[in-house]
Amino acid sequence: MKIINCPINGPCPVQEFHFGGEVRAMPDPSTVTDEQWGDYVFNRSGEPGVRQEWWYHIPSGTWFIAERNNCTDEVLRTYLYEPDQADG
Amino acid sequence: MPYRLLKFALRRKHPEPRMFRAPSKLKDGYDAVIIGGGGHGLAAAYYLAKDHGITNVAVLEKGYIGGGGTGRNTAIIRSNYLTQEGVRFYQASVELFQDLSRELNLNLFYSERGHFTLAHSPASLRIQRWRAEVNKHLGIDSEVVGPKFISREIPEIDLTCGGQQAPVHGALYHPPGAIARHDAVAWGYARGADRRGVEIHQQTGVTDIEVRDGQVEGVHTDKGFIKTRKVLSAVAGWTTNITRMVGLRTPLVIHPLQAMVTEPLKPWLDKIVVSASLHLYLSQSSRGELVAGASLDPYELISMRSTLDFAEGMCTGLLDLFPCLSDIRVMRQWGGLCDMTPDFSPIMGTTPISGFYLDAGWGTWGFKATPISGRSMAWTLTNDHDHDLITAFNLSRFSRFDLVGEKGAASVGH
Repeated sequence: MKIINCPINGPCPVQEFHFGGEVRAMPDPSTVTDEQWGDYVFNRSGEPGVRQEWWYHIPSGTWFIAERNNCTDEVLRTYLYEPDQADG
Repeated sequence: MPYRLLKFALRRKHPEPRMFRAPSKLKDGYDAVIIGGGGHGLAAAYYLAKDHGITNVAVLEKGYIGGGGTGRNTAIIRSNYLTQEGVRFYQASVELFQDLSRELNLNLFYSERGHFTLAHSPASLRIQRWRAEVNKHLGIDSEVVGPKFISREIPEIDLTCGGQQAPVHGALYHPPGAIARHDAVAWGYARGADRRGVEIHQQTGVTDIEVRDGQVEGVHTDKGFIKTRKVLSAVAGWTTNITRMVGLRTPLVIHPLQAMVTEPLKPWLDKIVVSASLHLYLSQSSRGELVAGASLDPYELISMRSTLDFAEGMCTGLLDLFPCLSDIRVMRQWGGLCDMTPDFSPIMGTTPISGFYLDAGWGTWGFKATPISGRSMAWTLTNDHDHDLITAFNLSRFSRFDLVGEKGAASVGH
């Protein structure tokens, strides 16, 4: 069984988690062009590699960030969101 | 081992013809290079040669042909989509499929079964009604049917789901829904393209794409550099690898999707059954195996691994609908990659890079589109302009906020 380490509750089976997609920075909606907004809304970094992703621990309602390799499915690090820690 | 096979193996000469040549090395340049030797890439090569007389073409395949999504899908063919653009496109594909065994001179075991999309709630029934009306408006044989009709056509089904799930209220019935031998489609197109002069290079991976001043100039492979001004990327689940080489951003995210087959049974199920609520689709292959597929794995992953979660979930749903299968064994399970788009429609056609064409975003709906995507992409490569059937699927739709929403018809209901 795959285990993910929740920063609050410790190691839990993957079934207890919900995947929230990659961490992305929202541009200022009032200043961007339509094209830049479209890029933010739709485009993703789907290529192979290690990414920061949002994950949610369902039983405890905890959103947190995981650094995960999307080819090997290895979770390298998990931590709570801090605005300066996340790239996004 | 059969005697004939033993004799064949010991013989010095192997007189049985190969399906296609294995060229020893790459030429310096080609008129067009197709990345990806799956159904889509090989079909594009075939139609480039057949419809447009462009035969100086190389198909580059990192593994072996048909080893990706082409050989891993559940082989369902249908056209009961939700949007006009989708219905026109997939209907053109169904029409090509119906005559494809003859055209390729290879038995694809194309078998019209009738396709049921079960609705377990009034809301789901409403979507099926919507699809039926769009379908009928465009001349597609498609209708909403009630539980009595379903029971008559599929007597083994338990419409109450054993009380474990919401009962079946009705279904969208699409009589032309079919299945085919998916690997034969790839092999048939490969042979047809090869006979017209196209080179198929297996075990040849692309490492980079040369772009100068916004124009494709060539392709770097692990067997050397090839000059070409037209490149078609037809690699589905591996597309994000290729778009990275040319610096193109797309909405594609890759999820695995798993499927399985049971041991072979005598023919008992001559329909294709899909349940969106139970996340499964089921048909019986011409070999007698039950072929069952699920919805996407719940998170992004570029890996074709299998999980026990899938097998458990799949079997639970199957037994709710068909309790008679309780003592049938699962023979094997596998995973494939799905390059998902936000609107569940493909990304096809020209791109901002001159000479770079995309045939991607095939998510969970790619196999049924093989003939028409090949044909329309061949046209697009030749004319450097999107074919009429695919203009709505261009990558630029995402910057224009002009999506083609097919989620109601393409997600689990293949």
